[in-house]
Amino acid sequence: MTEKFLLNMQNIEKEYFGNKVLKGVNLQIKPGEIHALMGENGAGKSTLMNVLFGMPVIHSTGGFEGTVEINGEQVEITSPQEAMEHGIGMVHQEFMLIPGFTITENIKVGREISKPTLSSKIFSKKLEELDIDSMRADAREDLRKTGLDIAEYVKVAGLPVGYMQFVEIAREIDKTGVKLLVFDEPTAVLTESEADNLLETMKKIAASGISIVFITHRLDEVMAVADSLTILRDGEFVTRIETKDTTVERIAELMIGRKTEKLVDDMEDDRVIDTNNIALSMKDYYVDMPGEEVKGLDLDIYKGEIFGIGGLAGQGKIGIPNGIMGLYKTEGEVKLFGESLNLDKLGEALSKGIAFVSEDRRGVGLLLDEPIYNNIAFSAMQIKGEFLKSYGLFRLFDVKQAKEHAEDMIKLFDIRTTGPSQEAGALSGGNQQKVCLARAITMKPDVLLVSEPTRGIDIGAKKLVLEYLVKINREQGITIVVVSSELVELRSVCDRIAIISDGKVNRILKPDSSDAEFGLAMAGAKGGE
Amino acid sequence: MEERKESLVDKIGMPRIIIISFFLILLIAAVPLGLSFTGLLSDTIRRWAMYGILVLAMVPAVQSGIGLNFGISLGIVAGLLGATLSIQLGFSSPWISLFVALGFGTFFSIFLGIGYGQILNRVKGSEMTVSTYVGFSVIAFMNIVWLSLPFTSGELIWPLGGKGMRNTISLQSSYGEVLNNWLAFDIAGVRVPTGLILFFLGACFLVWLFMRSKTGVAMSATGANPTFTKSSGIETDRMRILGTMVSTMLGAIGIIIYSQSYGFLQLYNAPLMMGFHCVAAVLIGGATVSRAKISHVILGTFLFQGILTVALPVVNNLLPESNLSDVIRIIISNGIILYALSKTKGGSK
Repeated sequence: MTEKFLLNMQNIEKEYFGNKVLKGVNLQIKPGEIHALMGENGAGKSTLMNVLFGMPVIHSTGGFEGTVEINGEQVEITSPQEAMEHGIGMVHQEFMLIPGFTITENIKVGREISKPTLSSKIFSKKLEELDIDSMRADAREDLRKTGLDIAEYVKVAGLPVGYMQFVEIAREIDKTGVKLLVFDEPTAVLTESEADNLLETMKKIAASGISIVFITHRLDEVMAVADSLTILRDGEFVTRIETKDTTVERIAELMIGRKTEKLVDDMEDDRVIDTNNIALSMKDYYVDMPGEEVKGLDLDIYKGEIFGIGGLAGQGKIGIPNGIMGLYKTEGEVKLFGESLNLDKLGEALSKGIAFVSEDRRGVGLLLDEPIYNNIAFSAMQIKGEFLKSYGLFRLFDVKQAKEHAEDMIKLFDIRTTGPSQEAGALSGGNQQKVCLARAITMKPDVLLVSEPTRGIDIGAKKLVLEYLVKINREQGITIVVVSSELVELRSVCDRIAIISDGKVNRILKPDSSDAEFGLAMAGAKGGE
Repeated sequence: MEERKESLVDKIGMPRIIIISFFLILLIAAVPLGLSFTGLLSDTIRRWAMYGILVLAMVPAVQSGIGLNFGISLGIVAGLLGATLSIQLGFSSPWISLFVALGFGTFFSIFLGIGYGQILNRVKGSEMTVSTYVGFSVIAFMNIVWLSLPFTSGELIWPLGGKGMRNTISLQSSYGEVLNNWLAFDIAGVRVPTGLILFFLGACFLVWLFMRSKTGVAMSATGANPTFTKSSGIETDRMRILGTMVSTMLGAIGIIIYSQSYGFLQLYNAPLMMGFHCVAAVLIGGATVSRAKISHVILGTFLFQGILTVALPVVNNLLPESNLSDVIRIIISNGIILYALSKTKGGSK
């Protein structure tokens, strides 16, 4: 290696509780270059940055392996403070600004310039007076460097989001000796023109000799500004390439990777899917779910199919089922077998035959302190009046019947438990997921919405859950909608896969469509078809 | 053997084992001090059943997710209003007097409970703080009301002024001790107030039935996990209002049963701290801010009232000429609340 790198991270390995999230990752950055760090959600980008910044989460979970060199010297960074001393700065995705302070104060907080006063001479340096004028001059200079045309005495509260981003950048470059800036998905919250401005600013900063690590999902931005890029996939280092030597398609392909091995064995399939028989249709559908907004989506799902919904985190795929179940405010029209659903009415979808397995198993999916039988029977009892027994005036919860039903479900799903009376919270993640599925099946739905069915469960349970979804689809003709961040999983079980980007359907693909097509759709590339 | 022992400790809980032992030590200590063992036991049983329904009122509140209902005074004043109304109407039969009081009390508490529930829905996450102040405020407000209600019965109003109600109203001529004396008997010198105990256990059974009904299960689920319940198509806000309402109703019934056993109605500031005693009792029984069972009520009330009944005369005997008994009562009840609240995680869910 003849080239000199500003930052050279070699063979970084990190384990969280026996789960390897980084498997020998390298990251090399030359002085003054813009380097893109790319990968799907969960590829290990954030963990790598946490290692670089010496975040407590890394060190409280046993540290990491591998070496970090800055300017050719090996360093040990054990706290964000030390990272700062080495000249590494971070522009956060969520702005870390104090709204009630002016721009100057925000830029200078913690590094104020002060001048001595009478009391500071007598008592301590802490009583020195702030040198507002020179602080303002510094702030003005920083703002000029970022290309933001705004007075430095304005309060941050009320500034447009795009401006806050620039203030944040200004604060980082104000730190003397900053050599490397990390931008964590800076354009995610910006409008197109703001994003363009930001990219210009990044080029300017790089030209002044500061290196930039640019974390993003947007391929066109990478092509526009990055000099080189590193691609991670599933915690593995895929490659480091120069931007000029590659194409958008190639990058997309590398990010998705050749992961075509099917998770589920093929099953007998004698379904005939009639494209005129629409089970669930959404028109101009909006969901106001924070962080997962759906913005005017149109989608038709045919009866009897397994339909996949994929896309990156934050693009709105999770919002789709949550909106239908009435958990968040919705707009637009949703029809079930041609009949409009009134989504403002809680429980409407459930009573019309849609069941839901939530992505938030512990938060939404289960009553952790309640026994399994109660978890399984709850919805059917509340919505359909099952598992109730009459005693004269009273109709009481029929524990015996619910337990028997739970026993059947435990056998069917192979739930590892001491019995139907065990608390749901005591089960492992995979078994909890099976309980959630059992509850949905107990509703005997026509349409089953499953959100992130395999999140946080081991590979064996994963296979079982997916196989079961295919099985009930084939045998009982239940239409299934699977929402998942894991493309492999969608491509294993689905008939069609919609990729959601920015709250809308970007493309609907076949499971055997090429990796590049998936990659481009996920990255939000327009056109294609 | 060792294992079984351990699981028994787990089941009852260390705090309860300590408190039970303390109670037994007090009982034994009472004998050499010349206190009547059977008398203390009779007292304990009577006070257990008499406070029981007020403590029971904590169950629907906790289960529906509003936490410990410090604002039980709201139900208490509804019950007191029912009782005074019943006395004003002047029924000669104690039974009619009692049931009219219960009827009016329940009626008032339903409306108060619904309004109170709506308030609590607006302050999710800090229900217990708000309910404490609601409880205090309503007492202050009722102080004005007690003075200005146009009641005329000689049992109720100040004998001299002719206006406004007394602090303490005797129930001798209305429904005092009617339940206590019904089918009451003595066994080995211990008085068993059968009617009172049956009424208390009956109320427990009814609440138990309610918690097993479709609505009751939905209400418990709301307390355990509101988002889960919502995703099953249940309006969680309505369930919380229902829980608050049932709790307030039980508070109203509870104070009427309490007063019939005590023989007096106490107005004005008397119910101010009652909420704290109920909370302490159910916590001793093993409940938490988020889960409470009928068994916690039955055990907790017995231990809490038992300790107060036995500890006070014992302390008075050990340290005569002192005012310590009341101090001890305050230390025990507030200490238990403090202990239990420190064991719970976070204020909101």
